[in-house]
Amino acid sequence: MHEWALAESVLSAAIDAAKAQHLKTITDIMVEVGELQQIEKEIFLFALTQLSKSYSPLLKTVKFHFKTQRSTLKCTVCGNEWTYQDMKRGLDEKEAEAIHFIPEVVFVHARCPQCKSPDFEITKGRGVTLRTIKGTR
Amino acid sequence: MEPRTSVIDKRLDAIDRIIAVASGKGGVGKSLVASALALSLAKKGYKVGLLDLDLYGPSSHIILGATKLFPKEENGLIPPIVHGIKFMSIVFFTEEKPSPFRGIDITNIILELLAITQWGRLDYLIIDMPPGIGDETLDVMRFIKKSEFLVVTIPSKVAMGAVHKLLVLLKELKRPVLGVLENMVMNDSSSIKKEVQALKLPYLGKVKFDDNLEAAIGDPNLLSTTTFMKELEGIIKKMRL
Repeated sequence: MHEWALAESVLSAAIDAAKAQHLKTITDIMVEVGELQQIEKEIFLFALTQLSKSYSPLLKTVKFHFKTQRSTLKCTVCGNEWTYQDMKRGLDEKEAEAIHFIPEVVFVHARCPQCKSPDFEITKGRGVTLRTIKGTR
Repeated sequence: MEPRTSVIDKRLDAIDRIIAVASGKGGVGKSLVASALALSLAKKGYKVGLLDLDLYGPSSHIILGATKLFPKEENGLIPPIVHGIKFMSIVFFTEEKPSPFRGIDITNIILELLAITQWGRLDYLIIDMPPGIGDETLDVMRFIKKSEFLVVTIPSKVAMGAVHKLLVLLKELKRPVLGVLENMVMNDSSSIKKEVQALKLPYLGKVKFDDNLEAAIGDPNLLSTTTFMKELEGIIKKMRL
């Protein structure tokens, strides 16, 4: 599952941030995942929990918090805005899977529903963001 | 905070050398040189990976005849093996459709590919770079700190004009340049050699234009018998990889 690779990147970034802030333990990690990434929440949280057990002593008592960011896509040609959920119906399984791995291939597999342009932006809802960490010094 | 940058070094940690095959100009044979270099090293028994970062026009899969493949999903993506090479390309996700990406999307794709690809232990990772000194080149320098550059040109003032700029930038940023390979040579001239030497960079030699090369595209076994490959082998020896 590629959720494991992304979970590892979250832990790695959290450890880097904690070290920079001289934290002795990390108690909470808030992760925000863009809708376009189509992450399986349960798998992702399971991966975070499992990996944290052996990743670093700083993560011994950590709790994870997960938030999904709804997507917004905006056409740079006609200004139309829509969501990934609107667009998903027009994608086949293979296209949706490709977007799950590399969200930017949405520009390859989808078009603006209004003017059919491939020239649109992901204004919200891509990628994985480490939003906050909390810990003790 | 962007977490993916934190894990890239770890993903590339078990790779001894990373060679970016680059050029300031398109159409000079970068992809052929990158694929042939990967094939040659794999044939010598090295563990080799090939990453096609030409996101608008990937072509390594065409050269290798690598069709109907997809990475295996296991703690990330494990590249499929083609002729002994671990191979990763955007084409696995784009199905040969046009890929209209803007700059920020290019960086995000590169970050995603580097963060989720599990290369494992490699002696060499060869990167087939797109032409120019845009996002991909800057991102490779930023995210793949141990990358070394093999620069390809052709004996043309127009091509060398753009290649010269890439070489100057690599020197300015103190990036290791393995040397400059002069590809598709039809006439005997030393102008490229002189220009490279004036920049105090290694000139690796010439590979002649090979009429039979096109017929070998998609067939690595045939490619390995071409004059192009034989001449490239001579240059690889000079590079002491």
